[in-house]
Amino acid sequence: MMRDRWRRGLSHTVLILSAASVLLALVPLAFIFFYVITRGLAALNLDFFRRMPAPVGELGGGMANAIVGSLIVTGLGSMFAIPIGVLSGVYAAEYRGTRFASATRFAADTLNGVPSIVIGMFAFGVAVLPFGHFSAVAGGIALGVMMIPLIMRTTEELLLLVPSSLREGALALGATRGRAVFTVVLPAALPGIITGILLALARIAGETAPLLFTALNNRFWSTDVRHPIATLTVQVYLYAISAYEDWHRQAWAGALVLVTMVFLCSILARLATARLERLHRGA
Amino acid sequence: MPAFRRTARSDELLFRVGTGAFALLLIVIVASIAFELGRQSSLSIEKFGWQFWQTDVWDPVAEQFGARPFIWGTLYSSILALLISTPIALGIAIFISELAPQWMKKPLVFLTELLAAIPSIVYGLWGIFILVPLVRQFELNTPSWLKATPLFHGPPVGVGMLSTAIVLSIMVIPFTSSVAREVLKSVPQAQREGAYALGATRWEAIRMALFYARTGIIGAVMLGFGRALGETMAVTMVIGNNPQISASLYAPQYTMAAVIANEFTEATGDIYLSALVEIGLVLFVMTLIINALSRTLIWSMARPGRRRVSRPVLKAAA
Repeated sequence: MMRDRWRRGLSHTVLILSAASVLLALVPLAFIFFYVITRGLAALNLDFFRRMPAPVGELGGGMANAIVGSLIVTGLGSMFAIPIGVLSGVYAAEYRGTRFASATRFAADTLNGVPSIVIGMFAFGVAVLPFGHFSAVAGGIALGVMMIPLIMRTTEELLLLVPSSLREGALALGATRGRAVFTVVLPAALPGIITGILLALARIAGETAPLLFTALNNRFWSTDVRHPIATLTVQVYLYAISAYEDWHRQAWAGALVLVTMVFLCSILARLATARLERLHRGA
Repeated sequence: MPAFRRTARSDELLFRVGTGAFALLLIVIVASIAFELGRQSSLSIEKFGWQFWQTDVWDPVAEQFGARPFIWGTLYSSILALLISTPIALGIAIFISELAPQWMKKPLVFLTELLAAIPSIVYGLWGIFILVPLVRQFELNTPSWLKATPLFHGPPVGVGMLSTAIVLSIMVIPFTSSVAREVLKSVPQAQREGAYALGATRWEAIRMALFYARTGIIGAVMLGFGRALGETMAVTMVIGNNPQISASLYAPQYTMAAVIANEFTEATGDIYLSALVEIGLVLFVMTLIINALSRTLIWSMARPGRRRVSRPVLKAAA
C-alpha cells in the first residue's frame, strides 16, 4: 500500500514538473518578446527607416543605409544560393537511392551544422583576402553558403510530396526525365520550393557573425557591392555594445525590425505550405 | 531530321550531369571550408604546435598565443547550458507528446519553436540590457557562505559564465525538445500499453518510452551541444570577454567563437590572423564530430527492421 502511494505520488510529481518545464521555457520567450516590442516601439519612428546614422554625440538619426544594405547582402546571397540549393535538391530527390545523393545529403547536413562564424571566416578567405578589401559580395557569399543546405533539403522533401502520377503521366506522354521534372514536377512543387527559400531567408535574416568580417560596416550610404556595406544586424550589435543611451534605444528598434522580418518570412512560408497541401489534397 | 537529334538517353544524361554538378558543389563547399581553414592556419600550427592548446597567455602584441582559456570557456559554457536545458527540454517533449490534450499540442509546438526563430543578436541585446542586470542583482545578494565556494567566487559584475549559460540554455531548448519529441512519438504505442497492462503508473510508462528511445534522446542532447559550441553573438555580448580559466560562474570568461568575432577584423599581422583561424578550424572540427555523432544516433532509430522513426524526426535532425 505504502509503495503504491509512493509510486503514484512520484508519477504526479514528475508530470507536474514536466508541465512546469513548459512554463519555464515560455517565460523567457514572453520576457524577450515583451522587451523587444515595448522598447522597440518606443524607439521606432519614421526617421529610423529614412535617415542615416547620426554622428557620435548627436541624437536621432536612423538606419536607412543598414536596412538597404541588409536587403542587398541578403539578395546577393539568395541569387547565389537559390539555383544551387534548388537544383541540388532536384538531384537528391530524383536520384534518391544513389550513393552520390547520400553524399550530397551528408554534405548539406554537415554544412548546416557549421557555426556561422566559421562560415564567415571561409568567406573572408575566399572573397576578402584575394581582393584586399571587405565587400557586400563577401557578405552575400557567407549568407548564401548558409542558405544552400536549407533550400536543398526542403526542395528535396517537397519534391517527394508531388504525386508520382503527375510525373508518370508526363513520362507516358514521351517526355524525357529532365522535361518531366522541369515542366511538370517542379511547377507542381513550386509553393514548396518557395517555402524552402522563405525559411532559409528567415534563418539568415538575423545572422550577424558571418557579416562581421565580410560585409564589415559602413557609416555612409553605399549600394556598391564591391565595398563594405552596413547591415541591420551588425549595426544593432555595434549600437548595443556602445556607450550611448541613444544608440541603445536604436538597437532595440533594430531588433524589433529584425524580429518582424523573420516572422514575416515564416508566416509567408506557412501560407505557401498551406497552398501546396491544398493543391495536392485531391491528387 | 537534324543530324544531332538528341535521344532520350542523352537527354537523361544531360539532366543527371546538369543537376548533379550543383549537388557536387555542396561537397566542394564543405571541402573548401576545411581546406581554407587549414591553409590559413598553417602558419600558426607550424609555429606553435601543441603549445597553442596548452598555454594560457593570449598576447597579440608580444605575438604569444595560447588558446586554452577559449577551449575551456566554450566547453564550460556549453556543458552548463546543457545541464540547464536538458531537463527542461525533455520535460517539454514529454508534456507535448505524452500528456498535453490534442488541442494544446500544435500551439505549444509553435511557441517552443518560436524560441529558435529569434535571432542570436536579439538574444544578445536582451542579455546585455535585461538579463545581465538581473544576474548582477542575484550576485550582489549571494549569501557569503555560498560566495566562499569556488563556484560562486568573484566580484558581482553580471557579465560572465552564469549569464552565458542561461542565454545559451534558452537558445538550445527548442532544438533538443523538438528532436526528443519526435523520437518519443516514434516509440510504438504497444510499449506504453504493455506497461499500463502490467500496472505501471503514467510516469513509469513514460520512463519506459524514454528508455526505449534513449539513443535518439542522447542524439537530441548532442544536437543541442553542437549548437551551443558554435553560438557566437549572444555569447560575445554577455560572457565578459576575458581569457581566463576559472570554475567560477561569476567570472567573465571567453569562448572560441567570441574571440574570433571580437578580434578577427583587428588582427594585424599574419601570425595573429592565423592563430584565430586555427581556433576556427578546431571549432569546425569539434562541431563536425558532434553533429555527425548526433545524426548517427538519431538515425540509428530509423534503421529499417529495427525501430521506426517518422520522417519528421529525420527532418528535425537535419
